Amino acid sequence: MVTKTKAETKKGSQIKVITGNAAAAIAAKLACPDVVAAYPITPQTEIIEQISKFHANGEMDCELITVEGENSAMNAVMAASLAGGRVFTATSSWGLVFMYDAVLATSGARAPVVMVNVNRETPGIIAVSSGQQDMICTRDAGWIFLIAEDCQEVLDLVLQAYRLAEDYDIQVPVMVHYDGFYLSYLSEGVDVPFQEDVDKFLSVLEDQPKRTVLTPGNGMGCGSHGILGGYMELRHKHVTALERSKAKFDQIDKEYEDIFGRAYGGQLEEYRMDDADVVLVGSGSMCGTIKTVIDEKRQAGIKVGLLKMRMFRPFPGEAIVKALKGKKAIGVVDRSLNFGHKGGPFYTEIKAFETQLDGSPMISFIDGIANTDITTVNVAAMIDTICALAAGKEVREVTWVSYPEANEPEVNKSGGK
Amino acid sequence: MNEVRFHGRGGQGVVTTSKILANAFARTGQFGASFPMFGFERRGAPVTAFGRFSDKPVREKTQIYNPDILVVLDPSQKASKAVFLGLKPDSMLLLNDTDITTRITHENLKRFALINANKIALEEIGLAIPNTVIVGAFAKMSGLLDVEPCCGALEDYFSGSKLAANIVCTKRGFEEVELFDL
Repeated sequence: MVTKTKAETKKGSQIKVITGNAAAAIAAKLACPDVVAAYPITPQTEIIEQISKFHANGEMDCELITVEGENSAMNAVMAASLAGGRVFTATSSWGLVFMYDAVLATSGARAPVVMVNVNRETPGIIAVSSGQQDMICTRDAGWIFLIAEDCQEVLDLVLQAYRLAEDYDIQVPVMVHYDGFYLSYLSEGVDVPFQEDVDKFLSVLEDQPKRTVLTPGNGMGCGSHGILGGYMELRHKHVTALERSKAKFDQIDKEYEDIFGRAYGGQLEEYRMDDADVVLVGSGSMCGTIKTVIDEKRQAGIKVGLLKMRMFRPFPGEAIVKALKGKKAIGVVDRSLNFGHKGGPFYTEIKAFETQLDGSPMISFIDGIANTDITTVNVAAMIDTICALAAGKEVREVTWVSYPEANEPEVNKSGGK
Repeated sequence: MNEVRFHGRGGQGVVTTSKILANAFARTGQFGASFPMFGFERRGAPVTAFGRFSDKPVREKTQIYNPDILVVLDPSQKASKAVFLGLKPDSMLLLNDTDITTRITHENLKRFALINANKIALEEIGLAIPNTVIVGAFAKMSGLLDVEPCCGALEDYFSGSKLAANIVCTKRGFEEVELFDL
């Protein structure tokens, strides 16, 4: 994505220097939700502060519920959503796992909730620091997961999330993820659209059939409940809605461009991929750094590209195969662990498509855990390793880039020193 | 691109300094991106922030290891080795210090700038929060910005009498910073 200068900004928008958290709060305000549930947690707190301010000074006309914890936050927005409201909430890490049962209930009830999750390491080892482990802990909850690279994309994805979640053909909750600390507190120029353009973008939903809503006095089941065939029918419908959301997200990205002048490529963003021999696959804020290093490597004649995962649930397998097919070697960067597997979560999931990639070899990089900085030096080393793999050299399947102790030869580990 | 590392303590407005500067660069049609790195927010705890200022969009989302410019808001860190880590040749250092006799030299420094920002802040806003003075001093020392976009940027963070007082802080920082070419 190319950030525009003020002069190039479309009429009806303005450049504001704001944090990722402020971008999320402003996007929520622009979407005009009926109900917001608010509970603070580092590094998400600024979102709640900003929304409270918008609410207090009359800029946001919503029901703001200051709940006593995240579990209540999710139950509140799920209920409001089932009653037909547009809803918003935001969380992170401990908050996300504290609402886990309600996260599952929300997707099971197909309530089109939009939530921001500011990625942070999870309980287990206390770490007030960045990492996508909280996202991985909830990946099987049946939600749609979108991931932002910078503050602009935070704002854009929250708006797009409403179109996706509330689409009559989808009706699945959407979580927008971005890296805590790296994006939550990053101040940079963001093109903030004017209300009338956002209204136009979201008005498509008003032309669709109305979703079924709970109405006082009308007897109707919710939080659907079934066994055997009934259960399978609901689950199958949920799974097929997730499948439909892939193409729908691509389409929404195009419609977004028509109004706001920015497109990212839908499920995946491809950077210098057309003639790339080797590829790094990444997600979130690391992608900005990777793009910079790719430009340097290109100047040295190395044909490397980036495949950026913007959608993680549903898993964009078909688009990934199309983008990676025929590449000489692939490295996947994970900012989280896949307990029980050696490689990271993204790596393990992409590896499942290996047979469709015409034998492209693939390796896993673990980096960025607990605020470990994914530096330009680290990215350059990853690219060098992928090039070595492409040249037929033996390289490790899994590399902990910032923790060389994990990369010692097996013999040293078992034999002692 | 100029990479700037800010060193201070929670409560001094280190993060706000880096934000206002990113904002000021954006107002001149350039690009700025800044972020702090800390766990829990606590007054008095050391805070480091990073700023990248460029005529092209800033894409890197990493900490800064080889700064072109150091800004030290907390004088107790002026002798800290960690502050000078990775300093590039021909770099600059801006120090906030109540001791106006302080002179800092380093083999990689081409310019040292000194300002008693706490004193100015106390006079203008009644609080020893040096950040908006530092913004003006940074503009003067670096030569990368004029004082006007810095004052303009303050409008996004202050209002009313606080805005007016902080504009005076930024202007005084710009005018009163002492520059020493090494």
